[in-house]
Amino acid sequence: MSLTVTGLRVHYRTLRGDVKALDGVTFSVADGEIMGLAGESGSGKSTLGKSLIRLDGRMRHVGGTVELDGVTLPIGDDAAMNAHRFREVSLVPQYAMSALNPTRRIGRMVSELLASRGAGPETAELERRLELVGLSRDVLDRYPGELSGGMRQRVVMVISTLLDPSLLIADEVTSALDVSTQRAVARTLREFRDRGLVKSMIVVTHDIALVHQIADTITVMYAGRLAEKAPAEALVTAPRHPYTRMLISSLPEAGVRHEDRRLAGIPGAPPSLLDPPAGCRFRDRCPLAFARCAEQPPFAEVAPGHHVACWKAE
Amino acid sequence: MLRLDDVSKVYRAGAFGGRELRAVSGVSFDVNAGEVVSLIGESGSGKSTLGRMILRLTPVSSGAITFDGTDIRALRSPKAYYRQVQGVFQDPFSCYNPVFKADRVFAMIKDEYFPRVAAAEWRERVEGALRGVRLDPGQVLGRYPHQLSGGQLQRMLIARAVLLDIRLLVADEIISMLDASTRIDVLNLLADLRAGGLGILFVTHDLSLGTYVSDRTVVLRHGSVVETGPTDLVFANPLHPYTRSLLAAVPRLHARWDEEEADPGETPCPYHGSPEGARTRPGLAEAEPGHFAACSGCAEGAGAPRKLAKEKA
Ligand SMILES: Nc1ncnc2c1ncn2[C@@H]1O[C@H](COP(=O)(O)OP(=O)(O)OP(=O)(O)O)[C@@H](O)[C@H]1O
Ligand SMILES: Nc1ncnc2c1ncn2[C@@H]1O[C@H](COP(=O)(O)OP(=O)(O)O)[C@@H](O)[C@H]1O
Ligand code: SF4
Ligand SMILES: [Mg+2]
Ligand SMILES: [Mg+2]
Repeated sequence: MSLTVTGLRVHYRTLRGDVKALDGVTFSVADGEIMGLAGESGSGKSTLGKSLIRLDGRMRHVGGTVELDGVTLPIGDDAAMNAHRFREVSLVPQYAMSALNPTRRIGRMVSELLASRGAGPETAELERRLELVGLSRDVLDRYPGELSGGMRQRVVMVISTLLDPSLLIADEVTSALDVSTQRAVARTLREFRDRGLVKSMIVVTHDIALVHQIADTITVMYAGRLAEKAPAEALVTAPRHPYTRMLISSLPEAGVRHEDRRLAGIPGAPPSLLDPPAGCRFRDRCPLAFARCAEQPPFAEVAPGHHVACWKAE
Repeated sequence: MLRLDDVSKVYRAGAFGGRELRAVSGVSFDVNAGEVVSLIGESGSGKSTLGRMILRLTPVSSGAITFDGTDIRALRSPKAYYRQVQGVFQDPFSCYNPVFKADRVFAMIKDEYFPRVAAAEWRERVEGALRGVRLDPGQVLGRYPHQLSGGQLQRMLIARAVLLDIRLLVADEIISMLDASTRIDVLNLLADLRAGGLGILFVTHDLSLGTYVSDRTVVLRHGSVVETGPTDLVFANPLHPYTRSLLAAVPRLHARWDEEEADPGETPCPYHGSPEGARTRPGLAEAEPGHFAACSGCAEGAGAPRKLAKEKA
């Protein structure tokens, strides 16, 4: 069992109270598994990614545990986490492309990073990995501004996986790319796993059609909790949670035109995470809601490897 | 309303501006009131450069951009222009100052354009615009940019553009950061705004999103138009191999990439394979009414770039 997250709760402190961005999240990712993570904007996907790496100043670990390869990660303790970052778990953050330091050449960034982790520069290995993602070693002499978005994205992926972490979290790494580059980057992710450079992966994305191409399982979040986790094919073809169903049917298939068929979004908005209501958080928007939904449904296994948090999905 | 006439852009690149980079060459198209034109192409094809020129954020190197017949270089009042033309860009974080609350973007347009509107009424308008992009005003007002997610920030920028009651919106990759259900809401919102007379230049790399809302499509490759026409024609009958490769790369829910790698095979060059009489625009041949395509880089068009999207590293 590679990653096991149990009852994880991480809140942001604000002047108006705690934002309960992760409120009891339980799942596991097996060795070799690529898990896609999707869900409405603001549902807590990036918060989950950050929680496994570094809590920023306002984030508070309120409860739950994270275990990686049998060892509990000290996620609330920034200094203690240092031993695990990059070596065991690594994150490619959302907007990583624009976050590269513009005044440093790529090569220098890489050697600084390795030095800070007490690892020596292994030029041959570095070049091999650049080649794997379709970059020449010349990029090491260039500044981030001189590379296209897709090239920068692949540089960040190489850097984050140099120390062969057990778990890689990639947050929206393809959203800013054009469709052909997206495909290349997505395939690179799978290649990293197939070659054993990383054991397992969490790929955060809005693009279910894309992640479905490379993921083994897909997990859907809603308002700080998990709604559903299932094998990728099952989630796309036979989703059980009402939110997942509505999400999948709101995807524009190629060729559909507004004049011919106006696709429907999901009416309403997710609840505020400052003071979320008790019970199922999808209740106000759910066409199937009934009295029992005032009680929080468990994230129950309804078929092998298929978990759903909905009273109607049993 | 908006007209681009043979517009080119050359950037000076390299250490001393010694190298020249031709980002856009000889592009012409119009955007009319109540019309959505989608501008499609992979990254580096010059889409944002065109958008930035229209918004006067970077000068045109040659050719002309006119708005209601006036060259935008010669505008007497840029403020009056921005009252009618606004842009929303892909990276929402870059539009916010981290030391101020995110809703300052609304206060700024009030000070600039609506100083006389009463505070209570302004608040109502802001909340209405936020609900229009499916945001809960109570959840986003009064928060700092780092306290909001990327999708929330992006939608606030769209709400701001809507508040201005503009005539032309340049939307540069505004939906790639949004989740599927919000995407549809924003696309439907654009369609509703179009029905109200707004002209929209919708920049995207995803043909299926472009198809959903747009009336006309312009496909850009290496800074030049390779295909353009009514969206339904371009989509149903893509003529240029580049357009076809873009269409093939769109991920689909019910088809795996591994299964659909089939080579499209040889097709006649849409330009050189057309009768002379159809070559009615510079470098473009009209295959069916209003549907134009450029040379595919065939032998007769020797010297034309031959690289297709797939070969790009
Ligand atoms: N520093 C912060 N302080 C307070 N609230 C925050 C902070 N960062 C995020 N939030 C809130 O926590 C919730 C989850 O945010 P998160 O960034 O994890 O969303 P996300 O699912 O990654 O969204 P997106 O798809 O738009 O990137 C949102 O309601 C957001 O407004
Ligand atoms: N400020 C700039 N200076 C120099 N070159 C630039 C600048 N902005 C864009 N370019 C170059 O112009 C070309 C087109 O870029 P851009 O318009 O951003 O494309 P797109 O939006 O289609 O991805 C690219 O080769 C890019 O590197
Ligand atoms: S638990 Fe009830 S409200 Fe929640 S998704 Fe299921 S049916 Fe809908
Ligand atoms: Mg996020
Ligand atoms: Mg761009």
